[in-house]
Parts: sequence; structure tokens; C-alpha cells
Amino acid sequence: MKVEEVKVCILIIEGTNCEEETSQAFRRSGASPEIVHLKQLLGQDTRPEETRKLGDYQILVIPGGFSSGDYVRAGAILAARIKSRMEGALVEFIEEGKPVLGICNGFQILVELGVLPGIQSTMSRYPTASLGWNDSGRFECRPTLLENWNKGKCIFTSMLERGQIIQAPTAHAEGKFMLPKHREKELLDTLKDNDQIVFRYVDAEGQIAGYPWNPNGSLFSIAGICNSEGNVFGMMPHPERTYFGFQQADWTRNVPDNGDGKAVFESVLDYVAKKF
Amino acid sequence: MVKAFVEIHLKKGVADPEGSNTLKALKLLGFENATDVKSAKLFEIDLEEEDKAKAKGILEEMCNRLLANPVIHDYQIRFE
Repeated sequence: MKVEEVKVCILIIEGTNCEEETSQAFRRSGASPEIVHLKQLLGQDTRPEETRKLGDYQILVIPGGFSSGDYVRAGAILAARIKSRMEGALVEFIEEGKPVLGICNGFQILVELGVLPGIQSTMSRYPTASLGWNDSGRFECRPTLLENWNKGKCIFTSMLERGQIIQAPTAHAEGKFMLPKHREKELLDTLKDNDQIVFRYVDAEGQIAGYPWNPNGSLFSIAGICNSEGNVFGMMPHPERTYFGFQQADWTRNVPDNGDGKAVFESVLDYVAKKF
Repeated sequence: MVKAFVEIHLKKGVADPEGSNTLKALKLLGFENATDVKSAKLFEIDLEEEDKAKAKGILEEMCNRLLANPVIHDYQIRFE
């Protein structure tokens, strides 16, 4: 299909942010994004003409923010609402090979939903990883450098070279990627073997480094992972906030034509246009 | 009908900024003999279920599916 026919569902509920930036990124890359409230997908409190079906879209994006006020845990409430009312539709969407992107709070939601890390099944009943409190104990809002660590499985980074470093800002309090302590090594090895690790935090020399380069103390400096099929991807930093060259932290010195984050959007659109 | 108290704790070793910040504030207020503070969450849940064993099973499922993340949390269930 043509890129302009690719329909992108940008899912919102109360407390979502960055949906406009995300929508703008897809629009500028030529696709047809639509900001959709969860209730429109559930057909709840909506007029018939406002009702939408997840299956009518080719890409699902859960943007950043503080959905449902981060009550219980960041992402837990929206994950529970999705799981209770549209688990089947989402599993079907993922198993058809359609891409799902979670940015920041979206990543937290995908982890709480059990679709990431998604090692053994499309969606686990309980969460199998966690994005916990930053080691610093506070909200970290800063530019971060991310190395593409993926060998080619993740469909969201196909336009990046392995080892390429991109800029994308982080803005979160709960972004420390964690696996269950007693199985940490085994599961991390599985993620590596499956090529599920996508972005790692690095310093200006491209080396793995501590705080503040790794803003949260994430295991193995993980900033983003994909599921074992490569079509569900979550990352804590915001690629939509470096879509344009002038959004780069060093734009006054370097003035690039495009922002680094653009590659994420162009990669997934390229995949969808070829596959569907 | 039973009333249950579900307490959610962070597992040992998981960062607890709410607890450590509270400890800091307590020390500032002069409570210098306070040595550690851990935050926990308490949910009070009314359940239409007479059988306590069954109720416990339901509450455990609530913990696993929403109230706790088994990766970082432990939980305790008590009945009134």
C-alpha cells in the first residue's frame, strides 16, 4: 500500500501528552494519523460516527504522558482498561504483524500489558518486566544519546545503521528497565539472543556510561526493546521530539535538515508500505 | 461480604524514593532516631464473597493483574 494510505491510530485517554507531536511526525512523513480516544475504540459514550475499530488501522501508537494520573503505577490503569475490553483485538493486531509503538508512558503501558518483552507469547497474563523508579529518585528531563543496538529484527529502526547514535530527549520518573531478579541474567540473555534490545543509553563518545547519560539506571542501559517478532516496540525517550532538525539539542551549531527521531517513523512506514 | 486489606510493598533492593524522601523530611523535623522509611500502599477492598479461601484467591488475582507488578512488588492480604 502507499504510505499516504497508512492509517495510524494514536491512542489517548486522560493524561496523555505528545499525541499532537506524534501525529505531526506521521503526517510529515506522509501517512494518515488520527488521534483516537480509547472510548472511540470501545464504542463507549460515543456517537456512532465517532466509533472506531482497531483493525481499520495499520499502526497503533500509545504516546507519552501520565495516563490516568499514573495511579497505582505508571501505565497500569490504561493497561488494565485495554486488557479488559480489547485484549483479543490487540492480540490479533499484533499477530497480523501490524506495528505497535509505545513511547515513554506508552512503553510503560506495553510492559504492564505484557506485550513487552513478549518473549514467549504475544501477551502474557501478568507483567514480566517493569519500568521502575529512576535511580535518582526524581523526574529526569534531559537530552539522551541512544545507540541502535538492533541487528535488524526491530522494524522501527531499519533506517538506522547498527551502532548509529541518535538524540532523543527523555522525560520520565519511572523508566528504569528491570527484569525479575532471580531470572535477570537468563532473561537478559534471551533478549540479546532474540535481538530484542533496540536502544541503549550511551555517552558523547558512544560508550556505555552511568548517570546522567543513563538517566534512570536501566538494566544493561536499555532505553528501548521490541518483542520477539520485532513489530511491537517500546522506548522511554521521545523520538517525536527530535523529528525536526531544529528540535535537536545542538541545533544552533549543527542545523541538520532532519531530526534523528525521524528515522523511527520513516522505518515503520517503510515496513507497512511494503508488507500490506 | 468480606473486607480485605491488601498491602503492596516494594521488593528488597527496589528503589523507593518516596520512602527515602520521607526519611529525609522526618530527620529535618528532628526525628533523628528514624533510621529507615519504606513506603507501601494499602487498598481496602469490600468483596461479595463469604468463603475466605475463595476471597483470598480472587484478591491474589487482583494483585497479579493490577494492584502489584510481580517483578517489583510483594503483597500481603489480611481480612477484617
